[in-house]
Amino acid sequence: MIETRAALRQALERLRSFFRKTPMDRDLDAEMAAHLAFAIEENLRRGLSPEEASRQALVRFGGVAQSREQHREARGLPALDLLLQDLRYTFRTLRRDRGFASVAVLILALGIGANIAVFSVVNTILLRPLPFRDPQQLVWMASDRGVGGLSAVTYTVAAYEEFQRHNRSFQNVTSYDPYFGDTDYKLTGRGEPQQVAGVAVAGDFFPTLGVKPDLGRLFTPEECRKGGRAAVLLSHFFWRRQFAADPAIVGQAIMLSDNPVTVVGVLPASFDFGSVFAPGLKMDIYVPAIMDLYRNTGNTLALLGRLRPGVAVAQAQAEVDVLMPQIRAAHKDWYGDYATKMTELKDYVSGKLRRSLVVLWCAVGLILLIVCVNLSNLLLARTAARGKEFALRSALGAGRARIVRQLLTESLVLAGAGAMLGLGIAFAITWYLARQGSIALPLLSTVQIDDAALAWTLLIALAAAALFGLAPSLRGSGANLQDALKDAGHGMSSGRRHDRLRAALVVSEVGLACVLLVGAGLLLRSFLRVLDVDLGFLPSKAAAIKIDYNDGGKRERRGAILQEILRRASAIPGIQGAGIVDMLPLDRNRSGGLQAKGRIYGKGEDPGAAFEYVVTPGYLRAMGMQIREGRDFSWQDTPTSQPVVIVNQVAARRHWPGQDPLGRIALVDGQDFRVVGVISDVRESSVEERPGLEMYLPATQADPEGAELVVRSQVPPEALASSLLRTLRAYNPEQPAAEFRPIQSIVDHAVSPRRFFVLLVAIFAGLGLLLASLGIYGVISYSVTRQTQEIGIRMALGATTQRVQLGVIGRTMRLVLAGIALGTITSLIAARWIAALLFKTEPTDPAAFAGTVLLLSAVALIAGYIPARRASRIDPMIALRGN
Amino acid sequence: MPEKKLDLLQGTLDLMVLQTLAAMGSLHGYGIARRIEQSSGDAVLLNQGTIYASLVRLQQRGWISAEWGTSDNNRKAKFYSITKRGRKQLAEDAAYWQRLSGVMGRVLAMQGEGGDR
Repeated sequence: MIETRAALRQALERLRSFFRKTPMDRDLDAEMAAHLAFAIEENLRRGLSPEEASRQALVRFGGVAQSREQHREARGLPALDLLLQDLRYTFRTLRRDRGFASVAVLILALGIGANIAVFSVVNTILLRPLPFRDPQQLVWMASDRGVGGLSAVTYTVAAYEEFQRHNRSFQNVTSYDPYFGDTDYKLTGRGEPQQVAGVAVAGDFFPTLGVKPDLGRLFTPEECRKGGRAAVLLSHFFWRRQFAADPAIVGQAIMLSDNPVTVVGVLPASFDFGSVFAPGLKMDIYVPAIMDLYRNTGNTLALLGRLRPGVAVAQAQAEVDVLMPQIRAAHKDWYGDYATKMTELKDYVSGKLRRSLVVLWCAVGLILLIVCVNLSNLLLARTAARGKEFALRSALGAGRARIVRQLLTESLVLAGAGAMLGLGIAFAITWYLARQGSIALPLLSTVQIDDAALAWTLLIALAAAALFGLAPSLRGSGANLQDALKDAGHGMSSGRRHDRLRAALVVSEVGLACVLLVGAGLLLRSFLRVLDVDLGFLPSKAAAIKIDYNDGGKRERRGAILQEILRRASAIPGIQGAGIVDMLPLDRNRSGGLQAKGRIYGKGEDPGAAFEYVVTPGYLRAMGMQIREGRDFSWQDTPTSQPVVIVNQVAARRHWPGQDPLGRIALVDGQDFRVVGVISDVRESSVEERPGLEMYLPATQADPEGAELVVRSQVPPEALASSLLRTLRAYNPEQPAAEFRPIQSIVDHAVSPRRFFVLLVAIFAGLGLLLASLGIYGVISYSVTRQTQEIGIRMALGATTQRVQLGVIGRTMRLVLAGIALGTITSLIAARWIAALLFKTEPTDPAAFAGTVLLLSAVALIAGYIPARRASRIDPMIALRGN
Repeated sequence: MPEKKLDLLQGTLDLMVLQTLAAMGSLHGYGIARRIEQSSGDAVLLNQGTIYASLVRLQQRGWISAEWGTSDNNRKAKFYSITKRGRKQLAEDAAYWQRLSGVMGRVLAMQGEGGDR
């Protein structure tokens, strides 16, 4: 008890003394002076001569300086004193060598900044749990084992309700309507009409996720029933943007698609539906999905559930494997068997990105390694130049540990400054990324520098400091004292060992850069191949805008309205073609049943569903889709004429193999349609995956789910946006100010994840190349400096400028080629590991490898040429006189 | 050649200083050093300067207090005296040392019993 109190007290006093050095030293000096005076007096009294009295007093006292040192150590914080001393010294040396310090800090900042930024992305998408309550309990359910378009992986209301009723694994199963486009709303009565993006969710959607409203309340059961009071929840950002964050809006009615709807609440800013369920989209409003209205719409619900505590996903999977066939057996009229695949929601959201992100993480890790190797190299050069300084310090009594410590302090200071600047860079990058709504990566909008990222920063800064600081400091402190003091630093043999280490560092640096470049090359080739894919339509110079019309659900009226809209749109100067479709390729999709009439499908020959598009005449041409056989729809295809369908080649081959499909009768959702055309396959759901079966139906003979007006123009389509909207408004004043989307932007959105990864890896590879070339330059330049004399002698003996240059460049290339050899072998192994990320590109793609070798050699040549030129300009007279 | 002087074990100087102050009342550094030398019969090897590290340590722990004052011969000096807590600590430490030295004495007095049979 006494002991601990005393220890605590002492600790506080020590801290106090640390800040009161001068007064305490003055006090001690006075005390010691008094001590000696007393001793001398006593000695004089004993009869000693004055000199002897004072000599003996000093002997007995035993060293004033030591006593003062002991005193300081006993009273203060010696470790901290030492650290401060090291720091002061470090700052002094770094200030003296500003060029070195700023280059080092800049390089570190780039390396560390890139690492923090990538870590933040990885952490957000991959590592951090989803922003819901107990997210590990949330499970995504996909019908048809998750294979196929939206219609395949979704459920009917009946299937949903039956599963909800009979399962035992889930606390609750909830759903939403993933056909967002159908539920686009028009906000009127507040400025000009506006399109707002909304999603219909089951009444228990938010409670199941554990999302609580910021203001107001969630939906009541009454609001989720047919005929109940219309209610809407606002997303936080829409509330801020549209209603200026006015809390009074809760309880008021707004006009949505011409109906008054009561705002019942505002969701928290942390809830972003799009970032989890529809990356790249932002939802403005949420409305209740009224199940009775969905009963006859087929597979229209996406299901997710919350497991009971202690139930694993595998158990839920086992249950559904047994349960669904039972439910199906009880409902002979269902057309799907709902073979369900259960995935943890987190896996569903980001599982596909795991490998890409890990690759990205590795790439950025390589960058940090290159940075460390580079700095190690720079520091080694410095250590060599400072050999005398260290020798002097150790001659003055500094132990080896003391010098290692000093050098590590320098590394830490550099790493610390680099980390600080790196944080700034990472902050800027994440800020930018979080605002890139067009990149279809989940959760990207929530990327930020959080505590985990800060901890990661600290970790990599320390690791980097240890990595790049240790070798040089051990090397620096281990130098032979006498040699170092004697030598003027231009020694020939003493530097050999040093040079070998530096050469090894450069070789590994080049090797690492080589791996990065090959990886980037492969990904870039893949990306170019993706851009080169024949989409089946021509995205450039075409654009789409959502249109609004009211046909009262009558096909005759719809035909007239759409024809009129198209007539007016086509009349706008510059517009070459126009057409209307319900769903754009790569944007949304739905499927319907398609088979050849009269054909008996064998076992295992599932007729399957086809992607279904309801279009007007002119749409195919406006999109640049190619009719291979037969004709486009015309306005003569009316509700009363023979129903007609156009299929794609995949569908034609599947259902009429070896026959001409034209003129044959297809069963579309059970009705007879005559095939009048075959078009080239369109990449409807993904740029990278093969097209599936597709069918196109005229808008006068089938019912569309929404309407997109597509126009093709000679001029860039953006230029037409305002005149087109004016025309639409003139026809229908209710037409909302919808987004005018170039078709190219839809394609860009689809390939944005790949573009994102390629861009980052390419940037890292460029950074790696730059750093490697700096490293090469540094080493060669340094060795030229060291060999000034030698070169001078050789030139005096008749070596030509050219010979000297060739010598230096030859040395450079030897290093670089060793690095390339090492890197190429490593790349061959690494490339196989990223094979899954490549698109129509072999992991051994010769172009990527050859390009890397050429690029690295060329850059190395430049990096070596500059010092070589300097070497050849050495004036022998000056060089020889130099020492 | 005189007998080699004793090196001070770590921590023993602190105890000596406490005891000296407890016995002599208020003393300055030089006085404490001289007292220790005298009472040990000049058997201790003491660099007098080291006493100041000990003094500041004891002071920080709150076992002694210090005050500038004037000596008999009118010299300004810092006078130390033991505090109440210091006395408690001294009692504890002294008891410990006595036990230890008793045990050490007994162990070292042990006679070989079976070795030379």
